[in-house]
Amino acid sequence: MAECHPVGFQWVMEAKARGATVIHVDPRFTRTSAMADLHVPLRAGSDIAFLGGLIRHVLENEKYFREYVLAYTNAATIVSEEFRDTEDLDGVFSGLDPRRRAYDFSSWRYEDAEVSAPSGLQEMRPEERDRVRGAARGEKHGSGGAEVSAGPMRIRTDETLRHPRCVFQILRRHFARYTPETVERICGIPQETFAKVCELITENSGRERTTAFVYSVGWTQHTVGVQYIRTAAILQTLLGNIGRPGGGILALRGHASIQGSTDIPTLFNLLPGYLPMPHADRGRDLEEYLRAETVRKGHWGNMRSYLVSLLKAWWGEAANADNDFCFDHLPRLTGDHGTYRTVLAQLDGVCKGYFLLGENPAVGSANARLQRLGMAKLDWLVVRDFSLIESATWWKDGPEIETGELRTEDIGTEVFFLPAAAHTEKSGSFTNTQRLLQWHRQAVEPAGDARSDLWFAFELGRRIRAKLADPAYRERHGLDDVEMDRPVLELTWDYPTEGRHGEPDAEAVLAEINGRDAAGRPLSSYLELRPDGSTSCGCWIYCGVYADGVNQADRRRPGSEQDWVAAEWGWAWPMNRRILYNRASADPAGRPWSERKAYLRWDESRRRWVGPDVPDFDPATPPDHEPPPDATGPEALSGTDAFIMQADGKAWLYAPSGLVDGPLPAHYEPQESPFANPLYGQRRNPVRSLPPPGREHFQPSDGERGAQVFPYVATTYRLTEHHTAGGMSRWLPRLSELQPEFFCEVSPELARERGLEHLGWATVITARSAIEARVLVTERMKPLRVQGRWLHQIGLPYHWGPNGLTTGDAANELAHIALDPNVHIQEVKALACDIRPGRRPRGRALRELVEEYRRRAGIDEQTGRQM
Amino acid sequence: MSDPAADTGYADPPPRMGFFTDTSVCIGCKACEVACKEWNAIPEDGMELTGMSYDNTAGLGASTWRHVAFVERRGPVPAGPGGEGGEPSPQGAATPGREEGELRWLMASDVCKHCTHAACLDVCPTGALFRTEFGTVVVQEDVCNGCGYCIPACPYGVIDQRRGDGRAWKCTLCYDRISTGLEPACAKACPTESIQYGPVEELRERAASRLAALQEAGVRQARLYGADPDDGVGGAGAFFLLLDEPEVYGLPPDPVVTTRDLPSMWRHAAVAAAGLLGAAVLACLTGRRR
Amino acid sequence: MGWGDLLGRWPVWRQLTGADRTGRGAAARSAATDRLRPRTADADRVVKSICPYCAVGCGQNVYVRDGKVVQIEGDPDSPISRGRLCPKGSATLQLTTGPARETRVLYRRPHGTEWERLDLDTAMDMIADRVIKARRDGWQWTDDEGRRVRRTLGFASLGGATLDNEENYLIKKLFTALGAIQIENQARI
Repeated sequence: MAECHPVGFQWVMEAKARGATVIHVDPRFTRTSAMADLHVPLRAGSDIAFLGGLIRHVLENEKYFREYVLAYTNAATIVSEEFRDTEDLDGVFSGLDPRRRAYDFSSWRYEDAEVSAPSGLQEMRPEERDRVRGAARGEKHGSGGAEVSAGPMRIRTDETLRHPRCVFQILRRHFARYTPETVERICGIPQETFAKVCELITENSGRERTTAFVYSVGWTQHTVGVQYIRTAAILQTLLGNIGRPGGGILALRGHASIQGSTDIPTLFNLLPGYLPMPHADRGRDLEEYLRAETVRKGHWGNMRSYLVSLLKAWWGEAANADNDFCFDHLPRLTGDHGTYRTVLAQLDGVCKGYFLLGENPAVGSANARLQRLGMAKLDWLVVRDFSLIESATWWKDGPEIETGELRTEDIGTEVFFLPAAAHTEKSGSFTNTQRLLQWHRQAVEPAGDARSDLWFAFELGRRIRAKLADPAYRERHGLDDVEMDRPVLELTWDYPTEGRHGEPDAEAVLAEINGRDAAGRPLSSYLELRPDGSTSCGCWIYCGVYADGVNQADRRRPGSEQDWVAAEWGWAWPMNRRILYNRASADPAGRPWSERKAYLRWDESRRRWVGPDVPDFDPATPPDHEPPPDATGPEALSGTDAFIMQADGKAWLYAPSGLVDGPLPAHYEPQESPFANPLYGQRRNPVRSLPPPGREHFQPSDGERGAQVFPYVATTYRLTEHHTAGGMSRWLPRLSELQPEFFCEVSPELARERGLEHLGWATVITARSAIEARVLVTERMKPLRVQGRWLHQIGLPYHWGPNGLTTGDAANELAHIALDPNVHIQEVKALACDIRPGRRPRGRALRELVEEYRRRAGIDEQTGRQM
Repeated sequence: MSDPAADTGYADPPPRMGFFTDTSVCIGCKACEVACKEWNAIPEDGMELTGMSYDNTAGLGASTWRHVAFVERRGPVPAGPGGEGGEPSPQGAATPGREEGELRWLMASDVCKHCTHAACLDVCPTGALFRTEFGTVVVQEDVCNGCGYCIPACPYGVIDQRRGDGRAWKCTLCYDRISTGLEPACAKACPTESIQYGPVEELRERAASRLAALQEAGVRQARLYGADPDDGVGGAGAFFLLLDEPEVYGLPPDPVVTTRDLPSMWRHAAVAAAGLLGAAVLACLTGRRR
Repeated sequence: MGWGDLLGRWPVWRQLTGADRTGRGAAARSAATDRLRPRTADADRVVKSICPYCAVGCGQNVYVRDGKVVQIEGDPDSPISRGRLCPKGSATLQLTTGPARETRVLYRRPHGTEWERLDLDTAMDMIADRVIKARRDGWQWTDDEGRRVRRTLGFASLGGATLDNEENYLIKKLFTALGAIQIENQARI
């Protein structure tokens, strides 16, 4: 955190000054470790074992927050008799179909509940289910859950937590084998150190104290990435650290509006506000879509209102009840259409045009060479950025030109480079990592041809619509299918423009996102959205950001004039709520768990919830509220259903639905690992997503022939002085001079073992490629004792590429594209590799070196693809 | 303590202003280096990987007015900032072949000390270097002729001539900013308040209490550097809290103003000159007698 | 300027007549030093902004003079950052006003070996034509199993995490209406 979010880290330092203990768990000793009270180095890719060990400690030593757990989690819920755990099946859950490499999750459900999750799945044929699952369904309802019951809720529970099939007991059995000895064997964390962590975390959780977890992509970039975060969620929920001040699991994200671009998603599987994109198998019409995706209870129960309002925002007058509000204008998914699949589609000649909008996959995405080879097959490429990044110039000077794999003259891709406007040259909102929308105002006009992406999208749409509406153009280009063009011609696409360049008024777009009532007045809350087409709203969770016609994201009452919550700075979704699930900050009767950790409380005299934040629910709902039995949606929530987005109102220690790779996390080794899985016969995540054979080479893992060729583990990361793939830092002297060269970090022990010299060169090799880096030998890198062997880990900052003021090989050349099956994110945090002294070969010899390694390791099309 | 502004003839000067750099909370982000360069429009200063941990700036110079040192150090240091862990942890000793003790990664942002007795100022023959009303020492770029006398005079090796320009440059404590009540760019950017700006008197009190708190917490190696008005430069306007010996950070342990002996030297010179004058007069007189 | 003024500006005179007998203080002040003012003080406007790098969302004050950004620093009002910035945030002035910014459209024709110049209007028109064509070439009413999909696989988009919400909204809206589904950003990377 000190490395990548220094200004956010001021709050950690402030907490520390007030007595907080800071524990840093990271393979490397970083600037954060230097400030921590305890640094715990662990083997990259072993976090579930570490967190699982903590969960076991909490359960076995009765350290959980019992009242919280009973009131707000599904610990007491009884799970179906059909469920079989990894304990019973040597590392896999019930429902695994080895042939299809996919789970049928019907056996994971609660007893007596007709669980559907993602809902509707079990009515499908198995092939259909695979396709729906492939479409990143676990990610829909990003802030919520999936259906657990089709009928009125009658979930069986055992409040004593003794029933052998209650979630609590399942959890206890599941994590029983995550002992301190196992943690030591898998993670390389000595038992004394682990005991210290257990003690610090449990002592600091409960009524009077809370512990916060902070993670970044060190957790998401794994083939079991979502389950990493699930493990932390289980631990934090058991400890009562969710929904309370000083608690939570905080994702620190690396781009200014990466949260916003997930909320209003430029993502294939989502519509704004985490509504799922329609799937061909269950989105044939609006009714089928809603039947399949809507849950009965909680705020997802009003999905019809959210979706219809979105369709009204997009298609305006054209959308009405008679035509399903233009639901059919939406394209349908049939599987995974994520960015790595897109690259394969480019290589296959299916995807012919590509927009890169402030993104540099030629060095920033896993298996960067594959990215460039994909671009070389395009008809056209549009790059919008500040400078000539690698993704704009690979056809001229990319690594494949040097190796001779590509020749510039042979590449047919037409490339447009369009300079982009900076944040100072346009108005708009960023959503930060804590869901806070903050407006930045335009200071100056962009120079030359530079324009905002708002202008670009608006102008492109304007031109396309004009062309498609022009009979002569249609005639000339043989455009005879009018129906194909109706969605774009009927689109509401009329925004006021301003300034020298005719930039669209960003506030007008924000107003559309916020939504309007039938009279065109701005809405103030998503609770006002209607299913009948009388309201429009471009993103239901952002409804209220333009309440009263005021740009709430531009509120700037100084922090010094506000309480610590600072609710009048910017605007947080949903409804300006700063801590989600804040109902859990008080006990079931509505009293804060402790005065020290007070946040919201029920004020009986005023019959209202009071506190510094917006309550999670109607502020007049008393703690003892019982909904009528036939209520649906938010009205079906009781006064103690703190987890308002969940279909049962509870935090899920056990996830009966929503994840494609198991209701509980289990430790699996990374796709490529020098170690066996000592916990289960099942080595890797059995349902991880792999590209089809022929496009990617994987390495053998421990126990397989050739595994010793790649004996080390590399992990990628960022430095304070640079930004992601370098587009906003490698061109700046101010930043480049601070970290002027790509380097790898190795321990003195590894340096001795491999003959690496400080400041000399090293070549790092995987089955994908070989890169060179300057060597930093440092004691901050530390060999770990894992399964009786010493493991050396190698640190690779991933900012570099061949262009800019500071240049170097891209770490992403080494990475493969085996993905997490829930969200299709690549595994770049734990890569098995080899390292040797000296620079890498040039030209054709580079590919020959990689070939030689593949031969030595016996790598073929099937290597690493076993389930 | 002497007030350098008053000593320089400022009648009723504002309080002496300076920096207290508390390295125990420095996270090594280098925001100070960048903010300084952005504000003062300082050119790039070399793109070399030095191999000195994460320090690729290497040292203060004409084009580097803030410099963050990174020191990786192993030693028997108990609980405290910058260290691996609180308890004697198994981490330090578990690796065969490594020295005993905790690994610490010390970071410290260095800057011109704005000495009470500033040798650079003493030796400047053009008046380019001057003492401001805030007691800080500033080079005036329109006066400096690049003679370079100030460079060897600085006991810390702070001031230097810029290549291709020839003039001497160093931290001005953002004289332009502080003149209108703004804080210097580095202090403003610093995410963790490792760099604190304010009246030197107040900063010294703050530093003393911070030191006491750390020592009470068992950080025995913590010490102040440059805060003592009786040291060799009469106390620095920019002083530090360090977590180890100054040498560890590349700072001179006992800096002395190089012009400390100048006044007595001048006195001796004056006596000598007077003697010469007297001899000359005598010679003239005796000559006349001839 | 009279002789008196000129004399008053002569450091030796000031040293002899003023309080600064050392000649190292007020007497040594140069004309440039007298004129010294922070460039923020002469800004025409201070524009409220947010740092464009990571997702902490630090507040920035953007100082504008004569239509140019002359300084960017932390906004002390922000309850998130309290006026502070990291090295990247502190380099925002160079990011936005430095010489590395390209300001002209560049074009590489198929099989071309060098960039060429193209005016923005022509480029936008060409891109619109190419989208229309790629969209149609990759169009599917149904997939190979006969399911209605009403979409195109002909073009894709990557990017959005560095852009504004309003920009992402228009991109998603337009491309979805065009039937494109391969719309992605850094959140999946």
